[in-house]
Amino acid sequence: MKHTVVALVEDKPGVLNRIASLFRRRGFNIDSLAVGTTHEEGISRMTIVIEGNENIADQLEKQLFKLIDVIKVENFTNQNAITRELALIKVKASTQNRREILDILEVFRAQAIDLSTASLVIQIVAHKDTIDALIDNLSRFGILEMVRTGRIAMRRGYTTTTDEVIEYFDDSSKFHSQIGRLSNGDFPFVSD
Amino acid sequence: MIGADIVLESLKKANIDTIFGYPGGVVLPLYDRFPFHKEIRHILVRHEQAAGHAADAYARVSGKIGVALATSGPGATNLVTSVQNAMMDSVPTLFITGNVARNLIGKDGFQEADATGIFMPTVKHNYLVTNANDLAPTFAEAIYIATTGRPGPVHIDIPKDVFLEDAEFNWPKTINLRGYKINDEVDSEQLAEAAELINASEKPIIFAGHGVIISNTSNLLKKLCEKGDIPVITTLLGIGSMPTDHPLHYGWMGMHGSYHANIAASNADTIIALGMRMDDRALGRFADLNHNAKIVHIDVDPAEHDKNLKATVPVVGNLSTTLPSLINNIEETNHADWIQWIEKIKSEHADSMSIPNTDKLSVQYVVNSIAKENKKNELVVVTGVGQHQMWAAQHMNISKPRQLITSGGLGTMGFEVPAALGAQVANPNAKVWSICGDGGFQMTFQELATIVDEKLPIKFAIINNGYLGMVRQWQELFYKENLVDVNMSQPNFMKIAEAYGITGIEVTKKEQVSKAIIQANKIEGPVLIDFKVESEGNVWPMVPAGASLSETVESAKEL
Repeated sequence: MKHTVVALVEDKPGVLNRIASLFRRRGFNIDSLAVGTTHEEGISRMTIVIEGNENIADQLEKQLFKLIDVIKVENFTNQNAITRELALIKVKASTQNRREILDILEVFRAQAIDLSTASLVIQIVAHKDTIDALIDNLSRFGILEMVRTGRIAMRRGYTTTTDEVIEYFDDSSKFHSQIGRLSNGDFPFVSD
Repeated sequence: MIGADIVLESLKKANIDTIFGYPGGVVLPLYDRFPFHKEIRHILVRHEQAAGHAADAYARVSGKIGVALATSGPGATNLVTSVQNAMMDSVPTLFITGNVARNLIGKDGFQEADATGIFMPTVKHNYLVTNANDLAPTFAEAIYIATTGRPGPVHIDIPKDVFLEDAEFNWPKTINLRGYKINDEVDSEQLAEAAELINASEKPIIFAGHGVIISNTSNLLKKLCEKGDIPVITTLLGIGSMPTDHPLHYGWMGMHGSYHANIAASNADTIIALGMRMDDRALGRFADLNHNAKIVHIDVDPAEHDKNLKATVPVVGNLSTTLPSLINNIEETNHADWIQWIEKIKSEHADSMSIPNTDKLSVQYVVNSIAKENKKNELVVVTGVGQHQMWAAQHMNISKPRQLITSGGLGTMGFEVPAALGAQVANPNAKVWSICGDGGFQMTFQELATIVDEKLPIKFAIINNGYLGMVRQWQELFYKENLVDVNMSQPNFMKIAEAYGITGIEVTKKEQVSKAIIQANKIEGPVLIDFKVESEGNVWPMVPAGASLSETVESAKEL
């Protein structure tokens, strides 16, 4: 079964390396991984989709949390949560069949965002299954290129994943969030 | 203050007075400042791997953090084995490496290696410091991480020009990591449930792991087992957490553990696993360890729960806080029937782990004699990895925590020589005996020079059978006696002793053993004894790889 795990991590060099290395080393089978910033400076948010049984998801959560730079881990699988994915799909589209494609897009609430005489670029934000179904429908026209972001997720309602994390944060923990960046600009050359 | 001074001030601030290291290009600015920080003793090793193992053993013996220092590139990569060794056995260690100057990072300069990247999967955490102002807070954080929770190695990589940069010594008052919180609260609900299981059990057993020793809780372990009348077996690294003469001590479990310990583990109805990570060498085939037992697993690292073996009641917490509460919750009782059952098996299978009754020079006899000829409370045993390690664990009556220093998880041959160095530095008054394999010794004996320099009176007992004994045992038993590349030629160890200016003693006969050990103990400096032992002995009992503990065999006939 698929598990959606959300991790809040320090936004600093090497974090992605640590996490990727952990997945590889422990043999976790990752379906998708989406990383981005949050509204809190210094915190990145990762959404990880992993294939495996309960036990594997449990280990993934614990091993992730063991990393010093991982602040919080939450399994969204059995939670009331919204999950979305964005895809850009470039399909072959002639002036003859363009209308037909646009009709399909309407059904899936997708949009055409670029156009040429022989192609269309389509954008869709939806649940993974919806995107898969759209792709199914488009394949007969000929897909030229496709890119997907991987799943992102958020709890429904007022509660958030970030609450307590922000509470913990004070001046003394700022140091850890900032250390490790190579400064910009040239250093005086040191000859050995 | 320049970065180099900040590094050394930081170490002093953390009460670190000993580091093991090896200089090189990019750490020269640091070495340049050593003479101005006389409180710190730098021990110059002969290979960086040895610096790491020495720091590791120093930490195991003293309970304090061990520190190793190396230069960039090859210095750093030579450390890797010792870092992983400390990781696998949860040893609080700090590894410091220099790196090329900041503007040269990523440019493949001379002696550049991506140490931060290479160390990443082998450490609890690591840092690349890019600003001298960050040095003091980084050291404070690193030492905090290495020594708290489940201890482990932390690595700090410092570019050469950061050592030279001027900055403030801004040691932080508090450490606050939002991704690393030490939770000292006792999970009383889980503990109550654990106690309920234990109180209801008729055949309970305690597995005592390295965690008991790391958390200094062997006195609590004793209280727990005495109150609940629960037999205790230990893991290899848990040896020493219970005195061997305690009536509830039933040896150690695992691939070469006691027959009765393995059988008791397989037949208990409740397993209480304390501070252990459910390793395959200790538990055999996980699926068939014990089909009926309920498992209480107390460990400070929640990731160890359900990793290899599903726990009925997992308890997260340090043993020093969880055990007192567990002891309060369990009933005073006795399990005479169950203990008698184990006793019966123990007496029926007493021969499976005995000293062979032979005139030949057996390893068991040698290591047992070393234990006998030394005072119990003075002896520290350091071993390498292989047959001699197993026999030392079986026959040396290790009865105190931190008395057996051995590479458990990683199984690093060559550990015995530099680890003995670290052990003796940590405890100058101990009689440190390094039980060496003839193979392992040849991996790291360059450290004899360090040992002579530092005037450390370590006694090396080379268990010389002319074979990589454990590999030979496996080839004999599981590869149809097809012995390939295990028969090694040996140098003349007496001449090696002579070359390093230390006393060498050769022992070929049983009757020379005690005399040689007594003689070695009388000599003030280091001594090397070459015990030319019987060449083809096998370690018994044995749980064949992939078998369960209940399938423990006592001789080759049973395979």
